Amino acid sequence: MRETYYKPEDLKKFEDVGEFGPELAEKFFDYYGAVFEEGALSAREKALIALAVSHTVQCPYCIDAYTTDSLEKGASEEQMMEAVHVASAIRGGSSLVHGVQMMNKTKDLSM
Amino acid sequence: MIKSLKTQHHKLSDPAYQLHVLNDHSESLRNQPKFREKLEEINLYPLKPTGIEIFQMNVGYMCNMTCKHCHVDAGPDRTEVMSKETFKQCLEALQHSKADTVDLTGGAPEMNPHFRWFVEKVSALGKHIIVRSNLTILTTAPKYQALPKFFAEHGVEVTCSLPFYNKSRTDRQRGEGTYDRSVEALKKLNAIGYGTEGTGLELNLVYNPAGAFLPGGQESLEKDFKRQLKRKHGITFNNLFTITNLPISRYLNFLLESGNLEEYMDRLITSFNPAAAQGVMCRNTISVGWDGTLYDCDFNQMLEMPVEEQAPRHISEWNELKLNNREVKINQHCFGCTAGAGSSCGGATT
Repeated sequence: MRETYYKPEDLKKFEDVGEFGPELAEKFFDYYGAVFEEGALSAREKALIALAVSHTVQCPYCIDAYTTDSLEKGASEEQMMEAVHVASAIRGGSSLVHGVQMMNKTKDLSM
Repeated sequence: MIKSLKTQHHKLSDPAYQLHVLNDHSESLRNQPKFREKLEEINLYPLKPTGIEIFQMNVGYMCNMTCKHCHVDAGPDRTEVMSKETFKQCLEALQHSKADTVDLTGGAPEMNPHFRWFVEKVSALGKHIIVRSNLTILTTAPKYQALPKFFAEHGVEVTCSLPFYNKSRTDRQRGEGTYDRSVEALKKLNAIGYGTEGTGLELNLVYNPAGAFLPGGQESLEKDFKRQLKRKHGITFNNLFTITNLPISRYLNFLLESGNLEEYMDRLITSFNPAAAQGVMCRNTISVGWDGTLYDCDFNQMLEMPVEEQAPRHISEWNELKLNNREVKINQHCFGCTAGAGSSCGGATT
């Protein structure tokens, strides 16, 4: 992440969000930690899902964090790029599939 | 040929400058907690040995490779190699030592002219021998191609570098063609029984992250490596050891040049794990330099930080009791061994 409206160093302050509401923050971070533990999905698979979702929500903090996390968990560059393409396909597809609604409406309105 | 930092007369070939960079390169580094303070917080300072179990010998900085992450700054242009006289002093010490494992590293330890002679002598003492091989050396001259059989005859554990199970990431870190030659060497080792359960011939791989990030879970990476190497090449091995890159020498150079130094140090320090600190390898290891100087670990050796003055500082003065009572020398690079699951020459420590 380069210097922009988002400051790279702010990522390290994520846990400080508890300053204005510790109880909910604590519940959130406990939940967050549990979500990413090794389970039915491996920690690496979860890192790749998080990487894909980071691109969907276009969160620069998340992209930095889960690029590093994916590398640490042993994902290859090919796997990481495929995960981003999955996000891209769903994002693009979700626009395109609404074309059916446009077509339906067009047909309703047309002679 | 890629030149070592030493041959380039690079500033970072000076250990004092490396320590200066780690402590004072920027305001961010100056303000970081010191390793000593972190040990004090958990009542582990001064850091004392638990007893020497591993006698690690760096038999020379000469290597057929010039890897980008090498903490030794090893390469074909390095001429420092252990003499036969120093080897003999090591044998003398080993005869009286409680250490049951002799860990041979370099450089490429196989390139030392006395390597085979020494392995035979240590084998006769009944010590367990580990050789840290870069793999590619086993595919070069005939005398090196014959080594797998020699290792098997002496029950030598072979621990090899392989940063990743694909070509692009391995070759980026260790040089073009490394992956293919490593696969060739691993197949040769497999062919004589290395890496197969029940043969007693142990073949372990070492994973170093190929960049400014920490290693992930050793167990899950081992599963990935085993699955991928078996599927792609039919290769089997016993264990994968994940090792964190310590911020010294060529890896420090990479961190500086890529602008990752501050963030990497911050990551190491915030990942400080008290359990990993308890199990650091300097507590059960002694490191012997090519010239016989004694160090707490191979990293301290590269930073020219010998064991404390009150302890014997040369192999010719070996005194295990005094060495077991020494205080381990520390600095900011030590955070590399205490981050996350911990790191040692035998992989994660927790």
